[in-house]
Amino acid sequence: MATTTDTTTVEKVVYDALVTFGAEREDIKRDATFEQIDIDSLDLAELSQVVEDEFGVTFKSTDVEQLKTVGDAVDFIVARK
Amino acid sequence: MKEVVVTGVGSITPLGAGASTLYERWAAGEVGIRDGEAPCADFDPLEFFSRKEARRADRFTQFALAAAQEALGQAGWADESPYDPARTGCILGTGIGGLGTLEANLNVLRDEGPEKVAPLAVPLMMGNAGSAAIAMRHDLRGPVFGVVSACAAGANAIAAATRTIQCGDADAVVTGGSEAGLTALARAAFAALDATSTSGVCRPFDVRRDGFIMGEGAGVLVLEDGDRARERGATILARVRGVGQSSDAHHLTAPRADGSGAAAAMTAALRDAGLEPEDVDYVNAHGTSTPLNDRSETMAIKAALGAHAGEIPVSSTKSSIGHLLGAAGAVEAIATIETLRRRRVAPTLGLEQPDEGLDLDYVPGQARELEVRDGRQPIGLSNSLGFGGHNAVLVLEAA
Repeated sequence: MATTTDTTTVEKVVYDALVTFGAEREDIKRDATFEQIDIDSLDLAELSQVVEDEFGVTFKSTDVEQLKTVGDAVDFIVARK
Repeated sequence: MKEVVVTGVGSITPLGAGASTLYERWAAGEVGIRDGEAPCADFDPLEFFSRKEARRADRFTQFALAAAQEALGQAGWADESPYDPARTGCILGTGIGGLGTLEANLNVLRDEGPEKVAPLAVPLMMGNAGSAAIAMRHDLRGPVFGVVSACAAGANAIAAATRTIQCGDADAVVTGGSEAGLTALARAAFAALDATSTSGVCRPFDVRRDGFIMGEGAGVLVLEDGDRARERGATILARVRGVGQSSDAHHLTAPRADGSGAAAAMTAALRDAGLEPEDVDYVNAHGTSTPLNDRSETMAIKAALGAHAGEIPVSSTKSSIGHLLGAAGAVEAIATIETLRRRRVAPTLGLEQPDEGLDLDYVPGQARELEVRDGRQPIGLSNSLGFGGHNAVLVLEAA
C-alpha cells in the first residue's frame, strides 16, 4: 500500500521532469491531461528514463497508452515502486 | 516553366540575426571570426521560441527555425499562409545535421550505457530535422525534406526548391540551409584533413591563405510561384533566374584542379536562365580561403565567363563570416540578393596580396558601387562547391 510520503516523492520527481520537458509548473496538476500540458509520447519516453533511474519502474509503450493524466503516471509509479 | 521569385529572406550568422545585419556588417568590413572560428555567439534560442521548442531542436534546427521566422515574416505570412498548406513545402540543406546531439549522446552511451541514450537523440540529430521542424511550425504539408551535399547543400536545396515550384509541385517553398558544426569532433576532423586555417584568418585568394574558418548559422529564403506572389500582392525581392548543378566525379575532398566541374555548373546555370556571360554583373564566390578552392574556382569563373570574368566584381562572404558549410550556399544567396538590391558590392576582406594567377577583381578591402549596364536589374551568380565534388550555382536577379 502506497504511503502519502511515497506519492509526494513521486509527484516531485514527475513534476520536476515535466517542467524540464517544457510544461509550465502552474499547469501541472494531478487531473491535468498530458495533452493539456503539451506532453507527448517523446516526453513520456524521457519520463520513463527518469523514473527508472529514481524508482526502478519502467513504462512500456503499452503502459504509456493507458496514462492520460499526470495523476495516472504518479499512481502507476507509486503502485510499482 | 513557372517563374520563381524570392519574397523573404532570413539569416542567423556570426554577424548576428537578420539578413540586413549580415549584409550591412559585411559591407562595413566587419568580421564575425574570433579565435579562429565564427560562432553565432549572441544567438539565444529563447528569443525565438518556447523552452519546449528549443529543447526539441538541435542547434542547427534552432538556427533554421529562427531564420525561417524572419524570412516568412518578410514574406508576410509568418502567422498565416496565403496558400493551401498542401501546396507549400520546405527543402533545407545541411552538411551534417545535429552533430552536437550526436556527440552528446555518444558520450552518454560510453559513460552511462545504452539505456541512458536520449529518446530525442534520433529526432534531433537527423539531417532532415530542420525541414521537419519548419514544416511543423508553419504548417507546410507539401514536399518537405532535407538535402545533403556538404558545402553545396544550401544551394542544392534552393535549386531543388526552385524546380519544385517551376514544375508546379508547390506554390511556395521555404528553403535554404543550416549548420551547427562547431564541435570537438568536427574541429578535429577538419583539422586532420588540413582543411581549416591554422593562422585563424580567412583571406580568400591571398597568397597567405591557409584553409577555411569554420562557422555556423542558417539562411532561409521564401520562394514562390511568381504569378501567385503577384496575385497576393507580395513584395518581390529577387528572381531565381536559373540553377546549375554538377559533380566533379573526381575526389572526395579536392576539386578538379582546372575548375571544370564548377565551370560546368556555372555554364549550366546561365543556360537555364537563358543568359550570356556578359549579362552577369557580380559573382559571389565560394571563396573558402583554401589553397585548392580559390585557385580552381578562379579558373572555373574564367572558363565559364570568358573575358567577361575580368570585368566584373567577385567577392567572398566567407571572408567576413567564415564557412557555414551546409548553410553557406543559402546565406550567400541571401548576401548576393542584398548586394544586387542595394547595388553595392561588399568586399573580400583580408585579401592584400593576391596569389599568382588569381587575378580577377576580388573587391579587396572595401565595398563599392555595383555597376549595372543598360538600366536593367542586376544579375549575380552565387557559387557553392562542396566536399564530394558537388557544385551548385544560382543565377539571381534583383527585382
